[in-house]
Amino acid sequence: MAQLIRSGFSGRITKSGVLGAARSMSTAWWSHVEPAAKDPILGVTEAFLADPSPNKVNVGVGAYRDDNGKPVVLGCVREAERRIAGNLNMEYLPMGGSVKMVEETLKLAYGENSDLIKDKRIAAVQALSGTGACRLFADFQKRFSPDSQIYIPVPTWSNHHNIWRDANVPQRTFHYYHPESKGLDFASLMDDVKNAPNGSFFLLHACAHNPTGVDPTEEQWKEISYQFKVKGHYALFDMAYQGFASGDPERDAKSIRIFLEDGHLIGCAQSYAKNMGLYGQRVGCLSMVCEDEKQAVAVKSQLQQIARPMYSNPPIHGALVVSIILTDPDLKKLWLKEVKGMADRIIGMRTALRENLEKLGSPLSWEHITKQIGMFCYSGMTPEQVDRLTNEFHIYLTRNGRISMAGVTTGNVGYLANAIHEVTKTA
Amino acid sequence: MHGGKALLSPSSSADRRLSALVRHLEGSSSIVMGSKDSSIAASPTSARNSVFEHILQASEDPILGVTVAYNKDPSPVKLNLGVGAYRTEEGKPLVLNVVRRAEQMLVNDNSRVKEYLPIVGLADFNKLSAKLILGADSPAIQENRVTTVQCLSGTGSLRIGAEFLSRHYNQHIIYIPQPTWGNHPKVFALSGITVKFYRYYDPATRGLDFQGLLEDLGSAPSGAIVLLHACAHNPTGVDPTPQQWEQIRQLMRSKALLPFFDSAYQGFASGNLDSDAHSVRIFVADGGECLVAQSYAKNMGLYGERVGALSIVCRTPDVAGRVESQLKLVIRPMYSNPPLHGASIVARILKDSNMYQEWTVELKAMADRIISMRQKLFDALRNRGTPGDWSHIIKQIGMFTFTGLNRNQVSFMTEEYHIYMTSDGRISMAGLSSKTVPHLADAIHAAVTRLD
Repeated sequence: MAQLIRSGFSGRITKSGVLGAARSMSTAWWSHVEPAAKDPILGVTEAFLADPSPNKVNVGVGAYRDDNGKPVVLGCVREAERRIAGNLNMEYLPMGGSVKMVEETLKLAYGENSDLIKDKRIAAVQALSGTGACRLFADFQKRFSPDSQIYIPVPTWSNHHNIWRDANVPQRTFHYYHPESKGLDFASLMDDVKNAPNGSFFLLHACAHNPTGVDPTEEQWKEISYQFKVKGHYALFDMAYQGFASGDPERDAKSIRIFLEDGHLIGCAQSYAKNMGLYGQRVGCLSMVCEDEKQAVAVKSQLQQIARPMYSNPPIHGALVVSIILTDPDLKKLWLKEVKGMADRIIGMRTALRENLEKLGSPLSWEHITKQIGMFCYSGMTPEQVDRLTNEFHIYLTRNGRISMAGVTTGNVGYLANAIHEVTKTA
Repeated sequence: MHGGKALLSPSSSADRRLSALVRHLEGSSSIVMGSKDSSIAASPTSARNSVFEHILQASEDPILGVTVAYNKDPSPVKLNLGVGAYRTEEGKPLVLNVVRRAEQMLVNDNSRVKEYLPIVGLADFNKLSAKLILGADSPAIQENRVTTVQCLSGTGSLRIGAEFLSRHYNQHIIYIPQPTWGNHPKVFALSGITVKFYRYYDPATRGLDFQGLLEDLGSAPSGAIVLLHACAHNPTGVDPTPQQWEQIRQLMRSKALLPFFDSAYQGFASGNLDSDAHSVRIFVADGGECLVAQSYAKNMGLYGERVGALSIVCRTPDVAGRVESQLKLVIRPMYSNPPLHGASIVARILKDSNMYQEWTVELKAMADRIISMRQKLFDALRNRGTPGDWSHIIKQIGMFTFTGLNRNQVSFMTEEYHIYMTSDGRISMAGLSSKTVPHLADAIHAAVTRLD
């Protein structure tokens, strides 16, 4: 050992001698690392928290708030957690996650009596909420359809772009939002679907499109589904708001059911972040409909191979909460009631915001506030108008003009309407 | 074009056309590009064809497959020495009392909410985890040179670190000990880092091949990443001595090799949290940089909650800040932010001095039980006069023992004695109890005397 030290360093063996040599010898490995840009959505909440103004309003991130502006833990969730605490062990889940949780989750998306479930044709694994489900799919798509691309709507949740980029899947976009009508650009959407090469992969928001709140009608969904068949496209549904949009989970899954009726072999990313208020627990599911049970087993095994070097197996706590709620008829009933309550409050706030703006005599049309659905309203405000809202009125939202209706309360809707009116009245 | 107006006729005529064509195209898997009126393809996503038809079933995970086989065995004397999860003397999984208490406190606290954590996770948890592994008086912490992000247990911490290195570090090679935990090569390979091995285990001595290790690291290219098991090497249980660690440190620093520690057993190996962190701390003490992946799966029994942390020790606070911002960009498109529950439990325990104390006592009890199982097994083999030197059983440390048994002997033990272990001869000491040691000793004795 002494030999090594003499050959490696000069001088006496003192701690500072060793340290000095180490410092002068090795360069810092990360000095070239640039600071990364802040996440556009999560950066809003950071800025909000740092603002000392008593009037500040956070309509940025999409997490539900009650009418007092407070986060909510659902009663069914508290009860489920009570039952979990101290009782069950914390052993590893299988790589594919909680079987029971996944079973119940599939019923929500595919229908309680789905033949696909009975015939075991769905490959499904527990995932880290919606993000994790999309990422598993993107990595799987890269691995097994390496030449494929993903078509993503404009606009979409910004993290969708990050997910497919990190999975090294090339991205294309398709028309979705129609700025003039603040609704769906259906004609251009259909053109894009037709013009895409046959067998393209499309990301579709099942309901409550984020960030616009603009959803196709049932008829429009049927036409989209038909055209997908003509073109042989693959549909991946991101369903982050089932139950949260209309208040009725079955109704919110309509787009998926239409595609299933038409025989599409869809993929579906589900999240319990919003509809069960389990945000931080990271509970979700990725499912993929296959031709038969054998293929479903193969696909599931490959999804597990992607999960293993990412996190080995998914977290147990949130999965237990979901299973307990969905398998206990009373708790499930309570959940459905609470989800409807959240959806109804949001629908009520949409009405209130629109009425307030109309009462203020705004020259603009605010019809889209009540036509759009789900947590978000795409207000149509420009980034400059948004900056004024923030700087002059301490109202925080993303610069694309997306308002999280969950952050609107009877207490702040007047203030919010007034501020929006101020910055848009000369538009 | 007016948005919202359908261009196609209503769906019923589309259905009619579709059924007509399906009758013609039944069974065909080709895509027909016909006239615009009736060109309906027998599309890949309609009922019969999947875009993923070519997919083969992946093979079973070798470690988790052991438990699958064990579960199928009806024998009353069966013994599961496969997966590395702690078991009590009664063979039951264990939730630590202090963990139960912490969880109950969380549940009873009605002010707690379930909001998203920040991308980097729970701040308290991160600070406390860094202190735990680096030491409360660590100069790196005091100088604000450490960035710590909450990750999904050890696996998640390794993967985030690997992805970060793949993007921002100029050397895309990692040296991994031979053998190592089966998932290590996959984590790094998937992140785009080339995996090479350095000699580690010596089958002849069932100990460390120290010369081989020094030679292999000595001939690694400057700046290469080196994976080090902080303590209780998995699967062999063979750790370098403190003197050997010092030599490894000097060699690595002299070649600017980047240390990446996997610390999955702190406190679980010797029973002492500080001793088990010694290897990491000597590297940090010399002022150089390193990465550390921590897991609370074993030492807090939080397996399924997926609690861990990645710490990167940097030269300056400014660098640490920039590194953290880049880590966020890796995490966000993977799962946005980490799970809340397990980290909350850990933070609660680590910040309360009474609970922390209680934890160290329960942790030491787990480690002591394992150490006593080692002694009992060694004594049992010696009493039976089993041929061979079995001292490695008591020299190796941590949850696993690399018995040195070969595949044939392992199969024999499974078939004749219903003992389940991985085919490399690794046994989980945590799965043993005083009651079952004799059965295992009998099996080893039989395997060694009847088979080569």
